[in-house]
This record gives sequence, structure tokens and C-alpha cells, in this order.
Amino acid sequence: MDKMPRWADIFLVPLINLMLAFFVAGLVVLAIGQNPFDMIYFMIKGALGSTSGIGFTLYYATNYMFAGLAVAIAFHARLFNIGGEGQAGIGGIGVTIVLLAFDWPHWTIALPAAIIGGAVFGAAWAAIPAYLQAKRGSHIVVTTIMFNFIAAALLGYLLNGILKSPLSQNAESLGFPPGAHLPTAHEVLAPLGIAFSKSAPLNISFLLALLCAWGLWVLLWRTRLGYDIRTFGRNEKAAIYAGISPVRVTVIAMLISGALAGMLAINVVMGEQERLIAGFVEGAGFVGIAVALMGRSHPFGIVLAALLFGMLTQGGFELLWEMPAISKEMVLVIQALIILFTGALDNMVREPLEQLFTRIRKAQS
Amino acid sequence: MDIVLQIMLTMDMSIRLSVVLLLACLAGLFSERAGVVDIGLEGKMLIAAFFAAAAAYHSESAWLGILAGCAASVTFSMIHAVASITYRGNQLISGVAVNFLASGLTVVIGNAWYKKGGQTPTLSGDGRFYDITLPFADYFQTFPMPGPIYSELISGHKAVVYIAYAAVPLAWWVLYRTRFGLRLRAVGENPASVDTAGISVVKIRYQALIIAGILCGIAGAYLSTAQAAGFGKEMTAGRGFIALAALIFAKWRPWQAMGACLLFGFLEAISNLYPNINVFGLFTIPVQFTQALPYILTVVILAGFVGKAIPPKAVGEPYVKER
Repeated sequence: MDKMPRWADIFLVPLINLMLAFFVAGLVVLAIGQNPFDMIYFMIKGALGSTSGIGFTLYYATNYMFAGLAVAIAFHARLFNIGGEGQAGIGGIGVTIVLLAFDWPHWTIALPAAIIGGAVFGAAWAAIPAYLQAKRGSHIVVTTIMFNFIAAALLGYLLNGILKSPLSQNAESLGFPPGAHLPTAHEVLAPLGIAFSKSAPLNISFLLALLCAWGLWVLLWRTRLGYDIRTFGRNEKAAIYAGISPVRVTVIAMLISGALAGMLAINVVMGEQERLIAGFVEGAGFVGIAVALMGRSHPFGIVLAALLFGMLTQGGFELLWEMPAISKEMVLVIQALIILFTGALDNMVREPLEQLFTRIRKAQS
Repeated sequence: MDIVLQIMLTMDMSIRLSVVLLLACLAGLFSERAGVVDIGLEGKMLIAAFFAAAAAYHSESAWLGILAGCAASVTFSMIHAVASITYRGNQLISGVAVNFLASGLTVVIGNAWYKKGGQTPTLSGDGRFYDITLPFADYFQTFPMPGPIYSELISGHKAVVYIAYAAVPLAWWVLYRTRFGLRLRAVGENPASVDTAGISVVKIRYQALIIAGILCGIAGAYLSTAQAAGFGKEMTAGRGFIALAALIFAKWRPWQAMGACLLFGFLEAISNLYPNINVFGLFTIPVQFTQALPYILTVVILAGFVGKAIPPKAVGEPYVKER
């Protein structure tokens, strides 16, 4: 028998964790002499109060979905991929090479090619740590951290060298051909008579991210490979005894993880910036860790968590105007506290709750 | 003579730049040897750098700055300890949280206090550490070759530099020559055996994390009160992770850690002094390669192609007593 009912495990524990995180964040705001309720009001208003706000919120959420799904698939195989940041950066190189190679006639042709470019490059960057973990026993956490830094150096090198635009002073590539322009929310919704902000970077990649979430759910719970991955993650010894190859599972899970992280570049590089700019990932790869933890590594949970973090990010930028005394880095503090309470301090809430439920059951029987 | 001067300059800079790495690396050494993975070194240094700069600014004493830095860093270390030791949470996730928390809090508090976008006011006077000239340094300056090594390389550093290098033999002595060190290493290899002997695993791990906090505190304080004159946003710039790399490179041993940190400090000095190195006019080594070299070397070491890096056996695993 489970120690507590399913609803408590899936909803109650994360909810209490989240409330604790926000409570402590509120204390931080109080400590710097500001009103936490004002902050929440302005953040929600900034994130959802206008179509521009919603557009930015969903744009960030798209990044976090890709990053969160990437972390989650690795989690299911009991691998901690901290390398999403680097894999997304390298994915950006793949997207850029594909999009600069041809004068693309239409985005419907350019998008699949760019997806392949981003996914293959992202997966390739994850493949080396995966191989080293599976074959040589080097700890994947450390190698993926190292690969983040190597990726940043590589990106900097290419953007100051071969990929650098001769037209620009900055470390950025040439702009992509107009045919590679992804439809934005404004362009999609205008013919339907819905007025959506022109400035918001929300684009068709959002749907791609949702599709990936659904695809990952199918993969994990409806295919044999998914079963292998989850079995391996639950109990390595049992998996090996059942004839599941640890090398195969480790490498495949990491390849999918890297590919998902690489696809983050579709949203940012192809959808928004339409060129490759150094440091474009902006920490989204790390936010993916928080998203995956919050979403309990379930695609549906990740979509919800990504929306929450998208709101936080956009709301944080809004604070800049409404409450200048609170810097937008407050969002980092909230993210950190969510990671801390839902990830590391989970047992602090879970154990007393488990005891409580056991006592209730005993009293009932 | 010019070449000699260049070499001296590079070595001098390597020593200065390796200090932060060395202190953080020793912090990681204590923590990981006790079985607690610490990827929060970066965050602990960052929070320490901020509070050290703030305290040094208000008190006009760099030493009080170090004290405040250590207090902040130990506090963060204790967050990590509560999560990963008491509540047996995932140590990696807790470390990630510590890093995020430090990058957020330093800017939020800094901006609220000083309204300079997260920076602290510039330190001057006694708020900073200054170079110490060792006795007879000027005298040896005039000597032939071994003389300048003393007067240029060994003398003329800030007090923290000497503290960091003194910490290496001290760490070795504590880890390998004291009862506490023996227990600490045993807790990292086989906590159950230590528990059987009637010694508290939890207590020793907490003590290790307090030591790690103090060392990271000194490292952070050095960054903001000695190397720079104030705190700047994200000023640790990944040094905590290079320290982690150095720890693996050194295979979790103190003397080797010093060697690794000197090597990585040397690479940083090279990338600062000679951004693009032209090799005999044949090809150029780009600065990004030199910057990435510590990470590449660490991956190679981890892959076991050049000697195997074997971490402490119980590292990363919460200790659960049998019930």
C-alpha cells in the first residue's frame, strides 16, 4: 500500500512546497522593505495583463518546456543532465548552419530542416557525456557542467570567427533569409480577427513544444523504449536482469534529452532573434531543472510548471518599471527557492505528511 | 631579459588567480571527502563576495569583510547541509539551488541597499587588502636569478594569498594526520562503518560543510576585497566550477589540488595576458580554447584516458541508518 493517496503525492506535496518557496521569497521582499503582495500583483499584471505580456510569458514558457522536457527524460533514466544550457547553445549553431545554408523559400520547409539541425547538434553535444557515463563511468553531472563551459567557449569562438556577421560589431551571425521567418502569434491570429501584440516574440514554436510534450508522454508510457528507460531509472539491477542494456538506455535517453534542449534554439534563434547571438540561452537550460522538478518529470506537469516560470520571468521584467526597488533577479531567488523546496527539501514536507496519512488510516480501520 | 620578465609576470599572475580556485577547491575537498557533493561552491563564494564587500565598505576593515563573507558562506553551506544531510535530499539539486539563490540574492539585496544595479560601492583604504612586501624583498631584488623569484613571486602578495597557500598543508594535516580527518574520510568512503563505531555521520558531515563554508567565504572575500575593489554582479564567473574541475583533476587530494589550481590559474593568466597565441606563425590558438582548456582537461581525466579519477565511494549518497 502506498504511504499516502495519489492526489496528495501529485498535488498536495508540490503545492505545499511551492507555498513555502513563495513564503520565503515574500520574507526576502519584506527584508528589503517592499510589499510582497504588491510585487505579486505587478508580476501577475505584467505577465497576463496584456496580450504583449501573455505573448512574452508564453514565449519564455516555450523555452522552459523544451528545457524542462530535456531534464525530465534524463531524470526518468536516473541521469541528471545539467548540460541543457550547453546543448541548447550548440543546437543554436545547428539551426544557424541549416538556415544560412539555403535561401529558404518558406518556413514550412525551413522549420523541419531547422528542427533536425538543432536536435542533431544538441543530441551530439549530449552524446559525449552520455558515452562517457555509460562506457567509462565518468559522472554525467560533472561532464555536462564542463560541457556547458566548453559550449560557451565554442559559441564565442565561432561567433567571433567563421559565423560572425561582417555587417555587425557584435558577436552575432548574419540574419536568416526572410523565408525562414516563423509566423508569430500576431501573424497567426490577425486573420482570425484576434488582435495580438505585434511586439511579443511568441511564435509557432510554442505549438512545437506542446507537441514535444505529448510526444514525450507517448514515448515514456506507451512504447517499449519508454518502459526500458523508466525501468532502468527505477532499478538499474532489475533492468539489467530483465535484459535492458544500460549503455543503450543511457545513450538514447541523453540523445533525446540533448535533442529537446537543442530545439530550444528553434524558439529563440529562429523564432525571435532570426540570427545567432552569443549567450542566447540566457540560463533557460538551468531553469529547465526547476521546471522538471516542479512538474515531477511528467510532461503535463512540465507544461504547467513552464507556464508558471514563464509568468515569473515576464513578471520579473515588469517589476523593472513598476517597482524599481526590486530588481528582476528576484525571479532567480524565487526559482532558487522552488528548486530548494520541491527538489532538495522535499522530504521535509513529505515525511510528516506520510505519517499524518498513516495515522488517519489507522484511525479509520 | 625581456622573456624572463614576461615569465615572471605570468607566474605572478597565475599565483594571484589561483588563490580563489585553491580555496574553493579545498572547500570542495572537505565536503566531498565527507561524502557530500558540492556544486554550490560558486554560489557560496558569490554570496561571500557580496557580504564581504558590503561589510568592508561599512566597517572600513577588510578583515571584518572576510568575517562577514565567511558568515554568509557558512549560512549557505548550512542550507545545503540541512537539505542534503538532515532531509537526505538530492545533493546536486540542493547545490543548484544554492547557486541560483546566490546569484539572485546578491543582486536583489545589492540593488536595494546601494541602488547600483547590484554593485557595492568601491572600496578604498582599509576596506581592501593590499600587497605585503616580505622582509628583505627589496634587498633580494638586486640579486641575480633566484633573488627576483623571492622578491617578485613570493613576496608582494595580499595576505589572503598566503592564507590560501598555508591552507594546503593544513588541510593535508587535518585530513591525514588527525582523528577528525580519518573519520571524515571514512564517512566519505563507508559511512556505515563509522556509524557502527558509534560516531555520528551527520555530525561529521555538518562539520565538513562548515569548513567548506569558511574556505569559500575567504575565497569570495578575496575576490571582492583583494582582487577587485568591490562586488560586481556574477563576479565569481564560473570559478566555483573550475575549482570543482581542479578537485577532480587532483583526484580529491590536497597537494595535487594546489598543483591543479596553479595550472588552471596559469591558463587563466595566459588567456588574460596573451589572448591569441600565434604558434610559430603556423596557426593561432584562440583565447576561447585557453579558457575552455581546464574543462576539456577535466573531461579527459574523468574519461579515464589519462589516469582514473575515482571519487570518494559514498559521495552523493545520503546516509540512511538501518531501521
